[in-house]
Amino acid sequence: MNRVVITGMGIYSCIGKNQEEVRRSLYHGVSGIGLDPVRKEYGYRSALTGILDKPDIKELLDRKKRMGLSEQGQYAYMATVEAFRQAGIDEAYLQENEVGILYGNDSSAEPVIHAVDIIREKRNTALVGSGSIFQSMNSTVTMNLSVIFKLKGISFTVSGACASGSHAIGMGYFLIRSGMQECLVCGGAQEVNMYSVGSFDGLSAFSIREDEPAKASRPFDKHRDGLVPSGGGATLILESYASAKRRGAKILGEVAGYGFSSNGDHLSVPNVDGPRRSLEMAIKDSGLGIKDIQYINAHATSTQIGDLNEAKAILHVLGDARPYVTSTKSMTGHEMWMAGASEIVYSMLMMQNDFIAPHLNFEEPDECSALLHIPVQTVQKEFDTFLSNSFGFGGTNSTLIIRKCHL
Amino acid sequence: MANTELIEKINQKLAEEFETDIERIRPDAPLMQTLELDSLDLVDMVVLVEQHFGLTLKAQDFATIKTFQDFYDFIDSHVNESNEQK
Repeated sequence: MNRVVITGMGIYSCIGKNQEEVRRSLYHGVSGIGLDPVRKEYGYRSALTGILDKPDIKELLDRKKRMGLSEQGQYAYMATVEAFRQAGIDEAYLQENEVGILYGNDSSAEPVIHAVDIIREKRNTALVGSGSIFQSMNSTVTMNLSVIFKLKGISFTVSGACASGSHAIGMGYFLIRSGMQECLVCGGAQEVNMYSVGSFDGLSAFSIREDEPAKASRPFDKHRDGLVPSGGGATLILESYASAKRRGAKILGEVAGYGFSSNGDHLSVPNVDGPRRSLEMAIKDSGLGIKDIQYINAHATSTQIGDLNEAKAILHVLGDARPYVTSTKSMTGHEMWMAGASEIVYSMLMMQNDFIAPHLNFEEPDECSALLHIPVQTVQKEFDTFLSNSFGFGGTNSTLIIRKCHL
Repeated sequence: MANTELIEKINQKLAEEFETDIERIRPDAPLMQTLELDSLDLVDMVVLVEQHFGLTLKAQDFATIKTFQDFYDFIDSHVNESNEQK
């Protein structure tokens, strides 16, 4: 079976529009969370959100390439340009090789709502315009990026709720490991607009700590009161070790293991058993021992039951090893469909630069998080293996283990 | 025959929407090739005509249009027709 390595990364998020900006934000513990006041005008319970500028895509792509690109597609495009550049993959390579794309995305609400508004008002579907359908489909990111970059390998979208980005990397890992594909664009993207989170807001799932936006996302803290929605785009270039060596690409890391499970339980309430099995499968797949895992990027979104049950699962599986545990969502909010991919990028940046970013707003632990090794200050630490959890509605769970590539 | 003001407005809107140098738009130039239009773009042409000229058309209405002059005449005749109905 082929070894699967990472040769490129790209990130466009509320804590930075490229790797260097994000690295700085991670190191200094900078929050990307703010308020979108318009949400209050529309009766939203919470105006809290990750704050990020839309890229000036008109300067980069012609009309035909832009017209089908949704908001999250634009974020994914920016991240993928950065990732290809780092991987040393250019147009000529893409023309001559079957590079594919597997990207996590699980909604495209804004263009759907705009289209429906026009149809209701005008009673003429043509006035929706030609781009709407290509922006509205769940596969909007993969269909657009595969055309823009002229990709010739596999292309489909992975919709696994808030584990979408993580599962996309896991599926890519399987395809490359089995030899079906040599090189893939994997990642996750999430739209950041009020339409995309209206019904989620209605579940009272979001923090309402609006007077202190930077303190609103507080995973594992006893006084957490809900998540903060966020988003952007994150891309990884996965390829076989042989392909990377043949191209002379710099190998940034290796996908060592992937685990998954479903809770078989409740639509929105997570349990302990599902995440536990996902963790155990990933560790078994990697062939590593629990003491090899030095850092865990937790799924922990800042909800009471979700964080509690993840802490229990981590303690059950890795309690004896006691690795550092943080949730970068304390800085970014919950990047949902994107989170499983962005959190690999964040953790990779930490591993490459020998630090663990501070876990913000962890002021008072609960009975389980008190047993986790959660640093509230930046830790200078060289480490070579980390694990990242991503869980989603419907009880879908994904766990990835990444390590520095040892020859 | 469409008036100069209408022609200038049409040229400006087409150049903006389809990101073409306005200097390339000449009455006898082929519309589809000059603007590099495909079937999807004709849908956006319907939107453009509705937004800027208040006309409700279908993509197939453009089937007989070969040149920009044909387009000017087409818009002009429908604008006049629309005004008469009002």
